[in-house]
Order: sequence, then C-alpha cells, then structure tokens
Amino acid sequence: MKKFTKLTGTAIPLDRANVDTDAIIPKQFLKSIERSGFGPNLFDEWRYLDHGEPGMDSSGRPINPDFVLNKKRYQGASVLLARENFGCGSSREHAPWALEDFGIRCIIAPSFADIFFNNCFKNGILPIVQSGDVVNRLFKACESTEGYQLTVDLTAQTITTPDGESFDFEVEVFRKHCLLNGLDDIGLTLQHVEDIKAYEVRRKLEAPWLFV
Amino acid sequence: MAAKTLYDKLWDAHVVRSGDDGASLIYIDRQLVHEVTSPQAFEGLRLANRKPWRVGANLATPDHNVPTTDRTAGIEDPIARLQVETLDKNCDYFGITEFKMDDIRQGIVHVVGPEQGATLPGMTVVCGDSHTSTHGAFGALAHGIGTSEVEHVLATQCLIQKKSNSLLISVDGRVADGVTAKDIVLAIIGEIGTAGGTGYAIEFSGEAIMALSMEGRMTVCNMAIEAGARAGIIAVDQTTIDYVEGRPYAPKGDQWTMAVEAWADLHSDADAKFDKVVHLDATIIKPQVTWGTSPEMVIAIDATVPNPADETDTVKRTGMEAALKYMGLQANVPINQVKIDRSFIGSCTNSRIEDLRAAAGVAKGRKVAESVKQALVVPGSGLVKQQAEAEGLDKIFIAAGFEWREPGCSMCLAMNADRLGAGERCASTSNRNFEGRQGQGGRTHLVSPEMAAAAAIAGHFIDVADLETLAEGIEG
Ligand code: SF4
Repeated sequence: MKKFTKLTGTAIPLDRANVDTDAIIPKQFLKSIERSGFGPNLFDEWRYLDHGEPGMDSSGRPINPDFVLNKKRYQGASVLLARENFGCGSSREHAPWALEDFGIRCIIAPSFADIFFNNCFKNGILPIVQSGDVVNRLFKACESTEGYQLTVDLTAQTITTPDGESFDFEVEVFRKHCLLNGLDDIGLTLQHVEDIKAYEVRRKLEAPWLFV
Repeated sequence: MAAKTLYDKLWDAHVVRSGDDGASLIYIDRQLVHEVTSPQAFEGLRLANRKPWRVGANLATPDHNVPTTDRTAGIEDPIARLQVETLDKNCDYFGITEFKMDDIRQGIVHVVGPEQGATLPGMTVVCGDSHTSTHGAFGALAHGIGTSEVEHVLATQCLIQKKSNSLLISVDGRVADGVTAKDIVLAIIGEIGTAGGTGYAIEFSGEAIMALSMEGRMTVCNMAIEAGARAGIIAVDQTTIDYVEGRPYAPKGDQWTMAVEAWADLHSDADAKFDKVVHLDATIIKPQVTWGTSPEMVIAIDATVPNPADETDTVKRTGMEAALKYMGLQANVPINQVKIDRSFIGSCTNSRIEDLRAAAGVAKGRKVAESVKQALVVPGSGLVKQQAEAEGLDKIFIAAGFEWREPGCSMCLAMNADRLGAGERCASTSNRNFEGRQGQGGRTHLVSPEMAAAAAIAGHFIDVADLETLAEGIEG
C-alpha cells in the first residue's frame, strides 16, 4: 500500500449528497479481474456522454463538459471535496481503486458510508470527516478560487488552506499508523497467529459445530 | 454481570484480541465468496504465497454475472465468462467448496448461505458484498467487506474491526393484512434515512418483526445497509431454529442439541442499553413504493409524489429535484397512476420461495398488461427454482405472461443481459434505486413481490387490494 504522510494538492468539489459506489465506478467495470486501470472510468456515467464498456479506449470518448471532473481548472486534483454519505451502496473496493488510479488521495466530506470509509484506508486514501460548515466553506473557497490547493498533514492531523487557515481532523490511531507507514494489514494480523490459534482451541470446545 | 445487547454478545464471543486503540481482531466463522469481489483477493493471496487459514470456513458460488437464460452454451459475454471461470479456478486451486453454475445449489450468495444452513445463529458471517447484512436475520453478526478484507479473512480468518454503536429499531404492534416485510423495511428507511444507521449495528425487534418468517426477516436485514448500517440483526427464536434444522450444513445429533441450547441466549437482555432506540408503529405502515433515486425517497401506495418546493433544507431540495428529473416524474402525482414498462421479481431481497409464492398468488389467473414490455421472475437459487416448480408456481407465472428464469442477481444490478433501457420504468423487488442501477437511464421503483406482480398486471403501481376491484370493474 502507498504511504500517506503529507499532501499538497488541487481540490475538486463534487457537489452532490449520497454519491454511491455505483456512480463512482459503474457495474460493467466490475467484471475486471484486475486491481488497477479503473481511473479512466471513475464516475463514467457522469463524465462521458456515451455508454462506457470495459476494454474501451476512453481517450477518444465524448465528454460531458459540465461535469466537474472535466473542467480544466481541476485537472490533476488529488483532494476531493464531497457531501453527506459519500460512498454509500455497494461494498465494491473498485470505488477506491478508481479514485486512487485517477489520482485522488484524500476525500473531505461531512460523512461517509462505513464500508467505503474502511476501504479507503486499505488503499492509501485518507477520508476526512469535517463538519458541514467547514465543508461548505471549503466548497465555496474552492469554487471561487482557481488553482485552490489544500495541504493535508496526516502526522499533525491538519488541513491547511492557501490563506494559512487550518482545521484539525480525527483519525483512528491504528489506521493512521498503517497509512503513515504503508503497512499491509495481513502482515500485522499474522503477528498474532498464536492468539488466533488459542481462540480456535477455546471456541472449538464451546461451539464445536462451527468447525465441521 | 452487566446486561448485554445481542450485538454485545456476538461481538464478545468473537474477540481474538483487543488493541488499546479500540480496534479488535475479530474471528470470522463463515465467508461467502462470489466472482466479482474475489479475483483480486485470491491473486493477492497467491502473490504473497499464502494459503487460506481455514478452507472449510469458505463457501463460494457465482451469482452477479451468470446468465439467467439457457446456460447450456455457457456465458456469452467473454469478460463475464472470464470472471466466473476465474472463480472456478481459484476455488479449485485453493480447495474451496463452490456451487458452480451448473450445480442445482448455485444461486445468489445471500440466498444460498441460509438455504444450506451455512449461515447459523451466533456466527460471524462476511462476504465481499454489502447485502451480507441479510444473514443477521439468524442472530448472526454479518456484514459486507471490501476485497482487501476478503483477502484478509482468507489469510487469517480474522478482521480488524472497531465495535459499532448499537441502534434498536422496534416495530411495535402488528402490520395490516397485505403489508409485507419489504414494506416494513422501506418504511423504516423512510423514517431514519439512508444514513440513519451509519456507524451502528441495528437490532430489529418488536412484535411485527418477530411475527415474520425467516424469509421476511432476511428481507428486513438485507436492507439494513440501505439505512447505512453494515449489520442488521434479529434475535433467535423458535422460527429461526425451525428454519435451520435439517439443512445440509446445520449441526446434527448431539451437536444440534448443544447448539440449540447455546442459541437460546442469542437475544438482548431485558435491561440492555442501546446507544439509540427508534420506535415505529406497525399498524400505520402501508404498502410502500420508492419514487426517487435513494431508498429513503419512499411513500405509501396511496400517497402522491412529494413536492421539492415543500422542502426547506437546500441540499435535500436539490436532491429531490434531481431525483424527480431522473425519474421523469412530476410532483404531486398520485404514485398509483404511474405506469411501468417492466417488472422484476428477484434479488437477494425478495427471491426466496415465500416471495415467489406471494407473487404467484397475485399473478394467478391474471395477465400481465399489454403495455408492460417484460415481467421477469428470477429465483434466488437453483433449489428455490426447483421448489417453486414442484409447487407449480412456474406454470402460474408463465400462464400470466411472466418470464421464468435461471437463478442469479440478474436485473438487480444488470451486470448480465437483463437490464432496463434508458427511460424505462421498473417495479422492482430489489434493494437499490440508484441512478443507472438496473441499466443506464433506467428508473427503478422498489416494491414488495406482491406489488411488483400487481403492477405488472395493472400496468401501473397499485395496492394489491385494489387489484380485485379493478378486475371486477373490467368484468362488470
Ligand atoms: S441480488 Fe443484487 S443486491 Fe443482492 S447480491 Fe446480487 S447484485 Fe447484490
């Protein structure tokens, strides 16, 4: 997994509540057995005017000029500003894969759907919850200032705006540790092999039917 | 000892190790696997030279991508075929039991697990699919996970988790005749919203819930995720035990006796504390229909489409306006006048035998309206299909003009050939009415199996009770 320490990047505002993972990466792209290459199909149905299918070359497709991802001023953005309940719906990890492949490393929203929130951390993306007020202000500033950049510092747990204003954010200790060091969960869990085995021995006595 | 909620009990029984920061290592008893969210997990396992920790804890079946028409020629779509073949190969390679496409036991994972007794009370159940919440109907702690976690469970039989808060939703009193489990859960989501359960494990209780069959309870828990909760659970009672007894994976003999004794404790203690409690009056719930692009945009069948102008919250109002535009609906129109193009009876919410019986009961002796392009019935598993055929339900559907298909997810998410065209309106028994869910530009209205059948016959949304009067009107 890619490490996340400190990032300064262009912010892009996606002004819609309840953005679901079907919208982030439509189902036809879930047929892939790969883990990468989903970036060109991020928000496919909103981003292009035609219907996208896996295997298509997206570079020549007609784009929807009104969709924020297609606006020139937001090219190369790495911080996504979003609204309530971002990432709801299906558990598909293809959603964070697509965001990461596109270049998004941090998402700031008033709330996230649980599974999506969790999936972000597994893929080097930092989801940050901020109050509706703060998110509103960031949206306004970002929409009115071309080249608006935010600095996200995971160690210090702060978001800093171009005028030097700074907001603190919360992150779970374990998740922070994994992101900062780019650690793989499986390796960490396997340090506790003896605990897992002891649990199984104990549980087999209590509930043997679970082990047949 | 302090009083515990059912969630506390399930959690405590599965903690392998608690960290000092609130993240615990939780043991997983059962993992269900399907073709869409597993290939990258198996690949990861292979790349790291790891093996499944406990092969027998996993059970696999393809469901999302399989065709629901004749399968003898295999899967036509080469990309879908590769994905299903990849599942077959991975399961063969690692020795995981898989009900392959030509196996009578194949079906939607959330139908297959309970049907086989592979989902048991007191278990932790996971699957790379958000509707894993379904299995909570058995007093099991069940939730969806991402592909990285599928790999984590394969490799370690554990998950790193933080305990959720607890939310009790009590549906008090009894529902009126003709009001189904689907109507109850849609009414709940209408009440608490699609983010109302975020961060919580929901326990559903109350007279109306405990009066439901296991099929009905699964319908309710299935949609816990649509209320934002990863897990929905229901206490174990005699209904649960009767359903589980005798199923292929259920304990037998002495172990059965021992298990039933242990399961008697799978309920919240009388004085257990929940972080939040919501009460709903069952007696006022009517048959429900969604009108928008989120399951919380739901109204009763005798209501009119809401008017965004009446909404004071700007974010909500914009959401409503966008939903009406996408759905091609006008504010204030009575929903029972809205015409449909297709009807879909199926999905892990409503494709079990009881759902098919209910829909067939409505379809019997009637005909799908001329104006309806397609009415599809897709059983949840090969065994559900077999049972329905033994009861003659297939004949009732076919005689009425419905199509009778092979088991799979089908038009629930339209990954195979079953899908809506742009602008087409569908009465669907599935669980998500998001934009494009059933096909790009398609318009989904979530309803019960009874209403999906009734709408196919009337050509528009209708209260099943009014179908009688409609028929009499035509005859008279
Ligand atoms: S039936 Fe629909 S909701 Fe259920 S698992 Fe399949 S695609 Fe997902």
